[in-house]
Amino acid sequence: MTATAIPAPSPTGGGAGVPAPAKPRTRRNVELLLLLFVIGILAVFAAVVEGNAVGKVTSDFWVQIALVGAVFVVAHIGIRIFAPYADPVILPAVALINGLGVAFLRRLDLAYAKVAHRADPGIFGGDSFRQLGWTAAAVVGAIALLIIVRDHRSLSRYAYTLGLAGIVLVLIPAVLPSQYSAINGAKLWIKLPGFTIQPGEFAKICLLVFFAYYLVRKREVLSLASKRFLGIDFPRGRDLGPVVGVWLMSLMVLVFEKDLGTSLMYFGLFVVTLYIATERVSWLIIGLVLFLGGAFLAYFLGKTIGGPFLNFSERATTWLDPFGDANNKGYQLVQSLLGLGTGGLTGTGPGAGQPTKVPEVRTDFIFSGMGEEIGLFGLTALLVVYVLIVERGLRSAINVRDSFGKLFAGGLSFTIGLQVFVIVGGISQLIPLTGQTTPFLSAGGSSLVANWLLIGLLLRISDAGRRPADGTPSIGLGGISVGGGGGAPVQLKEMPTEVVR
Amino acid sequence: MNAPLRRVGVVVLVLFALLFLNLNYRQVVKADDYRTDSHNARVQTTEYEHPRGKIADAKGTVLADAQATGDSLKYLRTYPLKDEYAHLLGYKPVNLASTNLEKLNNDFLTGTSDKQAVDRLTGMFTGKEPAGGNVLLTISKAAQDTAYQALGTNKLKVKSGAIVAMDPSTGGLLAEVSLPSYDPNLLSTHDTGAALANYKALNTDPGKPLLNRAVQEVYPPGSTFKVIVSAAAMTADSSLTPSTVVPGGEYYKPPQVSDFQIKNSHTGVCPDQITVKQALTVSCNTVFARMGVERIGADKLKSMAQAFGFEQEPRLVEDQDRNYCGIVASHTGPMTSSDGRVDPPAVAQSSIGQREVKMSPLQGAMIAATVANDGKQMRPYVVDRLQNSDLSIADHTEPKTLRTPITADVAHELQDMMFSVVSSDDGTGKSARISGLQVGGKTGTAQDGEDAEDHGWFIGFALKDGKPIISVAVFLQNAGKGGSGEAARIAGLVMKAYADEKGIR
Repeated sequence: MTATAIPAPSPTGGGAGVPAPAKPRTRRNVELLLLLFVIGILAVFAAVVEGNAVGKVTSDFWVQIALVGAVFVVAHIGIRIFAPYADPVILPAVALINGLGVAFLRRLDLAYAKVAHRADPGIFGGDSFRQLGWTAAAVVGAIALLIIVRDHRSLSRYAYTLGLAGIVLVLIPAVLPSQYSAINGAKLWIKLPGFTIQPGEFAKICLLVFFAYYLVRKREVLSLASKRFLGIDFPRGRDLGPVVGVWLMSLMVLVFEKDLGTSLMYFGLFVVTLYIATERVSWLIIGLVLFLGGAFLAYFLGKTIGGPFLNFSERATTWLDPFGDANNKGYQLVQSLLGLGTGGLTGTGPGAGQPTKVPEVRTDFIFSGMGEEIGLFGLTALLVVYVLIVERGLRSAINVRDSFGKLFAGGLSFTIGLQVFVIVGGISQLIPLTGQTTPFLSAGGSSLVANWLLIGLLLRISDAGRRPADGTPSIGLGGISVGGGGGAPVQLKEMPTEVVR
Repeated sequence: MNAPLRRVGVVVLVLFALLFLNLNYRQVVKADDYRTDSHNARVQTTEYEHPRGKIADAKGTVLADAQATGDSLKYLRTYPLKDEYAHLLGYKPVNLASTNLEKLNNDFLTGTSDKQAVDRLTGMFTGKEPAGGNVLLTISKAAQDTAYQALGTNKLKVKSGAIVAMDPSTGGLLAEVSLPSYDPNLLSTHDTGAALANYKALNTDPGKPLLNRAVQEVYPPGSTFKVIVSAAAMTADSSLTPSTVVPGGEYYKPPQVSDFQIKNSHTGVCPDQITVKQALTVSCNTVFARMGVERIGADKLKSMAQAFGFEQEPRLVEDQDRNYCGIVASHTGPMTSSDGRVDPPAVAQSSIGQREVKMSPLQGAMIAATVANDGKQMRPYVVDRLQNSDLSIADHTEPKTLRTPITADVAHELQDMMFSVVSSDDGTGKSARISGLQVGGKTGTAQDGEDAEDHGWFIGFALKDGKPIISVAVFLQNAGKGGSGEAARIAGLVMKAYADEKGIR
């Protein structure tokens, strides 16, 4: 019976027989404290930037930080109301990275400004202010998601719809003519007058819902029926269908949208959720072999017949020897590496470097731009904050009781980690460079909104995981009394789905 | 599902550990390489943050200057005298590679040299803005100006040539000119696109203006090589003096060779019996070809040429290790036939500076200088002093004796013979005469293939009361008839200008 994989809401046991547990702690005050600490860090960063880049700290250096801080406090209040048991570390960690993104874009605005205007930089303009606006929109979106999705399991009802939407979103740029979809050779955008949307950023959430739903239903078949070979259990041939399908889709992305990163994202996402669902290492091996084989084939085809594969093989060549064509094809990567190297161990200090020498420093290369100024020490700290987000997300997945939630949260967390790996690995010549955004850091609305929606869902799941199972209707904490808010999710009590095994 | 979730957590940690290790490699291990990489525009901006040091001649005339611009590259490198010093100084462009003295002294000019450590330290305490140091050259303004003017306006309208003048007693260069030249300001401009276009145009110019013919090229030296032959002959046989009578004649056939002979440039200049001194004075080919084959032999001839510096790059003292100035070695060739045995016709031709003998103008000036300096050859140099931004002296170049190819006696005999070339009425170098100075030298007319015109050469020196003043080599590429006479005239002008500047005459 695979139907039990999606646990039906069952009425609570009335709660009468439950002995009074220790009062569950929401940890919301910890979150607030961490958030204030983060805002403090951001303010210091902004002040140092102005001191270095302008020569003096102007009287309004704090305004943007205060605004973005206010947005985060709003997010905090939203969580307090709608997801009171959510993980307390995720929001401050995301806020730190997002805030640093805004502050660094502000720093770039200063660098691009004319010398005469630098001393009196406007607050309400430039990329930093646009990013601030997107942050506010994204936070509003995340809170709205928390309000609408009171129970993450309800998403599974729309799994097929969302899956189809995801595929459509992925494929739109591929089928659009290049002038409406290509930037720097990669067809990943929908260009509208005034702004561009990167639909792939939203597609990954939609696809993840579908993957999670599908795999929860199929996990027995995929994990039990197998042949043993070399000590590893391999699945039956006919069960390979879906994984091959996704593999083909990601290869199509690679070839037609000319983007290795996105392709790697989708495929990695699917393989990892598959692995989590089935607990079969063989899927990881099959996935890795398929992907590396596909990438190598694309490289080989690009070298020999060119055509649609040419872009990828050129990127690979640049990756292997960026300095061989340092002024042309290797220019971006070379300048990125030179920025990182110039920063060295400690960096030049915020505002004291020349990150504008790195091309696309506002988007793809923001990490190397920051690397020049905050050095290896600063970048390592940033990486640790990312790891923190991913690991707290995985912790939420472990805590939540239903299979769908586990798979979904695990996939969401891994998505963030993988995306950071793909872009940071790309700009530091660890892997071939691809045009991914750095989550929460890069300028750009699509990425920011999509990633905040992702965080909203993670918070929802972590809330479900940490919420006491006895259905306590309301929680009083720190003098703030928060209502159960319609109460639907709190009254649910799930049976641990692990019993299927 | 919790176990795989935990494992995914480990996978993420591994991925981030890879990122971390790679960043360590990029930001720590490779940091210095990246920081100083020529593609790193940050290096440029830093370099242009402070005025680059000046380069000046011996009198303090500024040859390379730094001009405030007001844009992001704050100082522009300018060369006020344009084409005149292009080959000597080289250039310092924004994106392209710098060359010659600009490259050689880059650290000192930007103020980052080890020699300026104390200067930087005191600057830190006094709050003085850091600045590059100045490079002061041995170049004489009068000699360089005259060389550049006279070569550019030569009577034969030869387009390309070179002049090198040096102080025989120190090896310090007094003038170095190569034509055709170019304006280095075209390359140092901050308009990097224009600089690149200008560079490409210069680089593809058939006249090869970027080539420094004074030191970077070798040409057949013609009869100027007879100075080496004379030195070899008199060193090999001390009984041979300038007044010794030797066989001459219109033709010379090496023994046991039937189908080869050496002729003189004009009939009638070379009687059958002639003194060595007169043979050099009228540049008698048959005498020196015979001398090379029958008195000296290939081995001794080659070793004398090597003693004067052939086969070795005459690198500048301050450029000893790296040779950024691109100085090339002169060659004698093997003087053998294809089976490896000494080939008398080859020796005969080599003895009059043809066949595979190739010499740079710098080497020519050094040969004349060695003779003038009583046989002691000084190592050439051009940077006299390095001056801190506060005008104190950070370093100066000590003249160095390079080698002593001939004894003082032989040198005096050679001087006597070379004086005769200029002072005799039938001497080939009489247009180099300067009143009040003892001028010696040797002309050369060198064949350069079947179709091309002959090169004109003159190497010579001026002495005052037996003390060497200046030596000079003038080279006129494919000058044709009268080339060596014109070269002698120009050499005289350069030496006279220098002596006047020094107040010696």
